[in-house]
Amino acid sequence: MKTCLVVDDSRVIRMVARKILEELNFNVVEAEDGQQALNACKDSMPECVLLDWNMPNMNGLEFMLEMRKLPTGQDVIVVFCTTENDMDHIQEAVAAGANEYIMKPFDSEIIQSKFTQVGLI
Amino acid sequence: MRVQDFELLSTLLKKRSGLVLSEDKSYLLETRLMPVARKHALKGLEELCEVVRVKRDEAVISDITEAMTTNETLFFRDTRPFDMFRDHLIPNLLEKRQSSRRIRIWCAACSGGQEPYSLAMILKEMQAKLSGWRVEIMATDISVEMLDKAKSGLYTQFEVQRGLPITLLVKYFKQNGDKWQLDSGIRSMVQFRPFNLMENPRSLGEFDIVFCRNVLIYFDQDTKKMVLDNVAKMMPKDGALFLGGAETVLGVTDSFKPVTGRRGLYQRGDGDVGI
Repeated sequence: MKTCLVVDDSRVIRMVARKILEELNFNVVEAEDGQQALNACKDSMPECVLLDWNMPNMNGLEFMLEMRKLPTGQDVIVVFCTTENDMDHIQEAVAAGANEYIMKPFDSEIIQSKFTQVGLI
Repeated sequence: MRVQDFELLSTLLKKRSGLVLSEDKSYLLETRLMPVARKHALKGLEELCEVVRVKRDEAVISDITEAMTTNETLFFRDTRPFDMFRDHLIPNLLEKRQSSRRIRIWCAACSGGQEPYSLAMILKEMQAKLSGWRVEIMATDISVEMLDKAKSGLYTQFEVQRGLPITLLVKYFKQNGDKWQLDSGIRSMVQFRPFNLMENPRSLGEFDIVFCRNVLIYFDQDTKKMVLDNVAKMMPKDGALFLGGAETVLGVTDSFKPVTGRRGLYQRGDGDVGI
């Protein structure tokens, strides 16, 4: 079973994402911000991260760049999932190494579609 | 819904579009035709059926057919047919069509345009190999409304998130308010035309690759056979046909046979696609 780290400062979003991902047979770990997520990755590197952008302490982009520096951090598939729905943000994330990008609001179909595209399903 | 109304509408749809509606799908009539009734200032389905029955109002009948035959689709739907198209079929044709340097592709029920535009984006990504070649994508649909939408190349945030890799969104789309506009270069690669699969497609010409996915499931056996036999006549012996995951030619017609090991891909019964 693959592990997905869900990083979002909204408890509701984490709960919705967990439900969808568990139905897709993922083991889900949660983090409330980038710093917590980085600590979680140092403990155990997940196969993929579903990542919000704007969060306190460390934002999603900063987290991804730090996480990529960790051993095996390059292998992790990062799917942004954010309300930053403009082309500038999308381009910035892709240029920085995001594998996919989900614009909120999302549903199970979009998560399934994106996770399939990046070979997680 | 009254029995006579269901019978009227199912007969009409079968005749006009080949669509076969079983009684357990009568809820579809209710959900999809209420907006049609409202558009024509009618109180509900009973009144809508009366207009069809008594006045034979062509505008109403046309809207009913459109509403019932409009189907959702997504970019790169099912992924694998597009991988086969890019990795096997096009390279194969680049070898075989050296003399004509021409490839023709038909999307037989293109709906909102996601399928032909997915093919166009693949071809654009392969453009170095296609230099000096004429590749045509013909996209047809019974619904004029869907063809207008397809031609516009304008998609919602929801639509661009279903199947379309983010790298292609960045490369080929521009944000336009809350919609996403497909690049005119990609749009110009696709020719759109209204076409009803119940008609003979001979006037469209010959095609090397045909996508006719998730359409036959709505037809009865005789109609499926007629459509497939017509398509076979429009393809050379090494032509390729893609059907949807839930569709097959087996038990329907001998004019096509499956390509071994390539799910969803069919070749002419007397032919060989050569991959």
